[in-house]
Amino acid sequence: MDVKGLNYSCTSCHVTKAHQISGRCYSQPAPNKHQLALPKDDGERLACESCHSRSPHKKAELLNHHTDKVACQTCHIPSYARGGVFTKMWWDWSTAGKFDETGKAIVKKDEYGNLLFHSKKGDMGWALDVEPEYGWYNGSMSYFRASDKIPQGIEKIEINSLKGDYEDPKARIFPFKIMRGKQPYDPENRTLVIPYLAGKKGTGAYWGEYDWQKAAAVGMREAGLPFSGKVDFIESDMYWPITHMVAPKEQALSCEACHSRNGRLANLDGFYLPGRDRWPWLDRLAWMALGLTLLGLLLHGGLRFISSGRKKGGQS
Amino acid sequence: MKVRLNLYTRFERFWHWFQAFLIIFLLVTGFEVHGSCKIFGYANACSWHNLAGMTLLVLTAFAIFWHLTTGQWRHYRPSFENIQKIIAYYLVGIMRGEHHPFHKSEECKLNPLQALSYLFLKVVLMPLQLGSGLLYYYYNDWLNWGWAARLDGVAFLHTAMAFAVLLFLAVHIYMSTTGGTLFSYTQSMITGWEEVDNGIMNEEKSPIR
Repeated sequence: MDVKGLNYSCTSCHVTKAHQISGRCYSQPAPNKHQLALPKDDGERLACESCHSRSPHKKAELLNHHTDKVACQTCHIPSYARGGVFTKMWWDWSTAGKFDETGKAIVKKDEYGNLLFHSKKGDMGWALDVEPEYGWYNGSMSYFRASDKIPQGIEKIEINSLKGDYEDPKARIFPFKIMRGKQPYDPENRTLVIPYLAGKKGTGAYWGEYDWQKAAAVGMREAGLPFSGKVDFIESDMYWPITHMVAPKEQALSCEACHSRNGRLANLDGFYLPGRDRWPWLDRLAWMALGLTLLGLLLHGGLRFISSGRKKGGQS
Repeated sequence: MKVRLNLYTRFERFWHWFQAFLIIFLLVTGFEVHGSCKIFGYANACSWHNLAGMTLLVLTAFAIFWHLTTGQWRHYRPSFENIQKIIAYYLVGIMRGEHHPFHKSEECKLNPLQALSYLFLKVVLMPLQLGSGLLYYYYNDWLNWGWAARLDGVAFLHTAMAFAVLLFLAVHIYMSTTGGTLFSYTQSMITGWEEVDNGIMNEEKSPIR
């Protein structure tokens, strides 16, 4: 990366030690005040702060005031899938298994060669230069497990969900790609199903027989999990922390990206964000009071003007 | 009888106008940070607001010192004497061309209504605004101070007081036009000299020479 500059390879950050590749997002909390990933702390350098420290802005001290609540990535990765390489945003398994009249697999691609539909995989959606979505994140996630029940009345599940909120001193606002799609699930037991996907005809594999019930029965039996015999589909969200593709500093987000009424953090509630938040009743009340005051002053001034004119007129 | 008095010393005038500039600038940048207007851009508005706020704090420290050492604080002692007459003058008398019931002097240059409103500004509004602003600035250190408050409360106070200061400013500027001519009060705040009616009729012999 940055061949003419730092010329980094993957292992410049993902240092390995005894065949252990450092990586933090999935298993370990992101660095915080007490757990800064400095080489002296754990021998691994993987966070931005490992090299840049927690107060890296030399010319703008005000920006350093943000690093306790806002992750570096939030401002320094203004969008992902930049540079003309598409990223997959949507994968709907429910439409898989459709073939053309001759029984051949249907394959649809867009003008850039992105797969839009495949009989084996269903519908897919792609995007370029995508604005991330943001959430409070303390570095840990909770995962929706194969045995977890989908609550009644829920139309969408979170395959993984973020831990941390504004009150959590370890949590910071972090950017995410949310991979959306539709997954097969068991509507009776209300669990996700593990289908047996790749295999030959006769094994029950989905890509052999294109029968979700059979594929789920085989997969769930192998997994040792109960299966009712029914398969339906449910929408799912999956949070992918965005931490690569850091942009040159000139392209970092401006203040207004978040500090404005309808900025990128418009939906992140539970805390006061200057420029975004206000007390509408206070603003209304105050501007009304100011308006009435100005009206009163105008009236007073007008009366003064008229009465002074009358006096002069009377005198002359 | 009209007399010319030097009511406002050089420091007082400097303090008044510098403070006026800072307060107006703070209001504009503050309301930009609040999201009410777009003038300097958020980053500039924010850092200039902080700079102006800190400058106002220093200026205020000098002003407090000046008030205490020169005894000028005495002008702000609250008094309700004749306050009804003064209110009546501003509501009615001023239209009829009556004379102001209060007569300024070097010993007492603010009318009671004026003294009361300035006192309110100085001991309630400004301390609350400067205090909440300073707290706001040090928001990141609250946890280190062992103070687990949220930003909401301080931000609310700071916003509410900003509106109060804006209201004060509107009325204050209007009141400055109620002198002999529209700009005579403003002029005396620049030169320091003011022509005042000492309340003694021309026909009478003035006891003051």
